[in-house]
Amino acid sequence: MTIARHRLPRPAGPARAGPTRAGLPGALRAEWTKLRTEPGTAWILAAIFVLTVAVGAATAAATRCGAGTGCAIDPTKVSLTGIEVGQAVVAVLAVLVISGEYSTGMIAVTFTAMPRRWTVLAAKAVTLTGLVLAAAVVAVAGSLAAGRLILTGNGITAAQGFAVVSLAHGPTVRAAVGSVLYLALVGLLSLGIATIVRDSAAATGTVLGVLYVPPVIALFLGSEPAWQRWIERYTPVNAGLAILNTTGLRHLAISPWAGLGVLAGWAAAGLLAAGLLLRLRDA
Amino acid sequence: MTATITPYRPPQQAGRAGFVQLLHAEWTKFRTLRGWVIAVVIAAAAIAVVGVLLPHSGQSHCGSRSGAACLALLATGPGGEAVNDSYYLAAQPLAGDGSITVQVTSLTGLVSSGNGGFAGPGSPPPGTLIPGLVPWAKAGIIITGSTRPGSAYAAMTVTGSHGVRMQYDYTSDIAGLPGSVSAASPRWLRLTRSGDVVTGYDSADGRGWTEVGVARLAWLAGTVRAGMFATSPLNFTPNFPTYAEPGGSLSASLATGAFDDVHLRGGAPGGRWAGQHVGTIGANYDGPRIGLRQAGGQFTVTGSGDIGPVVAAGTNSIFITGTLADHLFGVFIGLLIMIVVAAMFITMEYRRGLIRTTLAASPRRGRLLAAKAVVIGLATFVLGSAAAAVAVIAGSRIAHDSGIYILASGWPIEARVILGTGAMLAVASVLALSIAAMLRRSVAAVAAVVVVIVLPYILGVSGVLPASASEWVLRVTPAAGFAVEQSVPQYQQVVGHYGPPDYYPLAPWSGFAVLCVYAAVALGLAAWLLRRRDA
Repeated sequence: MTIARHRLPRPAGPARAGPTRAGLPGALRAEWTKLRTEPGTAWILAAIFVLTVAVGAATAAATRCGAGTGCAIDPTKVSLTGIEVGQAVVAVLAVLVISGEYSTGMIAVTFTAMPRRWTVLAAKAVTLTGLVLAAAVVAVAGSLAAGRLILTGNGITAAQGFAVVSLAHGPTVRAAVGSVLYLALVGLLSLGIATIVRDSAAATGTVLGVLYVPPVIALFLGSEPAWQRWIERYTPVNAGLAILNTTGLRHLAISPWAGLGVLAGWAAAGLLAAGLLLRLRDA
Repeated sequence: MTATITPYRPPQQAGRAGFVQLLHAEWTKFRTLRGWVIAVVIAAAAIAVVGVLLPHSGQSHCGSRSGAACLALLATGPGGEAVNDSYYLAAQPLAGDGSITVQVTSLTGLVSSGNGGFAGPGSPPPGTLIPGLVPWAKAGIIITGSTRPGSAYAAMTVTGSHGVRMQYDYTSDIAGLPGSVSAASPRWLRLTRSGDVVTGYDSADGRGWTEVGVARLAWLAGTVRAGMFATSPLNFTPNFPTYAEPGGSLSASLATGAFDDVHLRGGAPGGRWAGQHVGTIGANYDGPRIGLRQAGGQFTVTGSGDIGPVVAAGTNSIFITGTLADHLFGVFIGLLIMIVVAAMFITMEYRRGLIRTTLAASPRRGRLLAAKAVVIGLATFVLGSAAAAVAVIAGSRIAHDSGIYILASGWPIEARVILGTGAMLAVASVLALSIAAMLRRSVAAVAAVVVVIVLPYILGVSGVLPASASEWVLRVTPAAGFAVEQSVPQYQQVVGHYGPPDYYPLAPWSGFAVLCVYAAVALGLAAWLLRRRDA
């Protein structure tokens, strides 16, 4: 006996979603609305700015260099120290974008409204990147302004031979643009990881582990220079943060833009794995 | 009109609402969530495996020997600690009680220029010698039990930039007259021996003497040697002022002391000053300049090396040394995982609404939080201590077998480091639980505990911050708790890199106390908020 397969009639007419709602623009609008109306978002964006600038300014304030002691201070890098903390907040925002939906069950509604999972992920990535870029531009500009002011007050001046934070200084501009991109890429990498992990707390822990564990491992591998160099060249944060350097570039394990490229590669791989898992797994 | 409403409280059933039952309930919640148990076990495994495998995977070589055999060449002082004992000595025997008095008229030195580096025993570094005096270059008088490296001694010495000092038995250092020595302002030094007691004096004019210190040298008996000495540790030139990365170059140095007006009381009649190189293996310069020169009643003694304790990552030892803390590098990875679990231990209840059931079953909220703190604290303490024990005990044995000298071992210190690490993990977990109880939301709580507890440690040790900022971070943030891993003391008389992971700005238990204060305040606030807010 065979069972005949019946094809359900496709819904026609007004019951079908219109083309303006189903594509990427519709998904983008939906994601933007979700993120915009989430009460935490504004606080998180403010925290990215405040923590980045505050930590950068505090570091600049603690940086002193007596005349003739020959200390090698990179003023731009010192001013942008806050990126190390700001990236944690960016990661939290990225985790909330996806894991927040899993913890409330909202994800089922999202996929009902927009069954194309790649489109949902792309819309989330674009929305997140837009917000992070906006916050990062303000945070980096604030950090550099504060760093310039404070370091000059501490006697770290061009007259002493330091590469002072200045828009006329090519490497400073590169570091500024690069660190904005760095934060955006950290956001995308975190989004990928959070989509894979799904649970919000576990995702936060995993993302922060990925951000903070390799740098310390590299630090303690002083007796194994080959491993240390490998970590500095190929892990997301170590390689990506090479972009902050404006002096002593010859001594870097990886050149600034290549380092950012490594981070971009990790972010792309994370998003790719996340997209595949989104398609393969049940929500 | 106001009415006072007394909330109805059900009569408590005997045996159900007690703290023990509460503990049992919380323990059940903890152990039955497989993800948490796996996470905490992974955390402990990370501490143990990283501690055993990661540090010092190399092996030390010394001449024709390698591995543990190298350690036989290392001198140990009267207290059992590793010491450097290398200097040039011009001495006479002193059979009984007596004294030696000298006038020091100058202390000059030479340092090797450039990144000479120090290749090992018997291989003088390249580079030309230029005038220069390292801060702890020493020239003065010494009474020593023997010329075997590591023997008991007491010395009065002028130094490169630390004035007159009395030093004895390697670890003790007492300040005398300040200022540097020159022909215009010479220094008179005196050591008197009476049995096993040696007293040091200094004077700026040779008439009025000031007692600097008294040393009781238990190993000083019979005929000892009294004389003049000079020595000079490696010249360290820092080139990047961060806390964790003491980038700099080491180069050879030597020091020359000029002595006049030398009097030995109690020596053999007509005794001559015999020059001798003590502990050649530790000298960082070995050349024709080393030695004793005599012209009439004036002597110059030139030497290279150091008399003092070996410090971790110091600049004065040719041996590869390590500390127990080197093997606890995995602790921060374990900490990261444990505090995430501790935060989830309470936020998970809010997410699932379980908190209402929990509070209905045990309405006394402060007790509930206390029970959770005890469960997570004990679990992390036991696992953390066990993992630290494996890392420290197995790790340091493996390091020893490959010829790395673990400074200041011994079971009381090992026990303190192991249990202290477990306690640090436990208190940090309680802090994380408290922060999470205040924030209630998983993402915010996990991010907050990582930023508050782990991030300061990373900023403090990673060399991202300048040295002063790093020290400050490791003093006032919860990361101060990592100080409990320290197992070796700092010595002001030895130039070294006194930074993490071997040294912290606070003493072990002081740093731990800072973490405890944070945890106590956070726990109190959390309990208060838990009582005040609706669940």
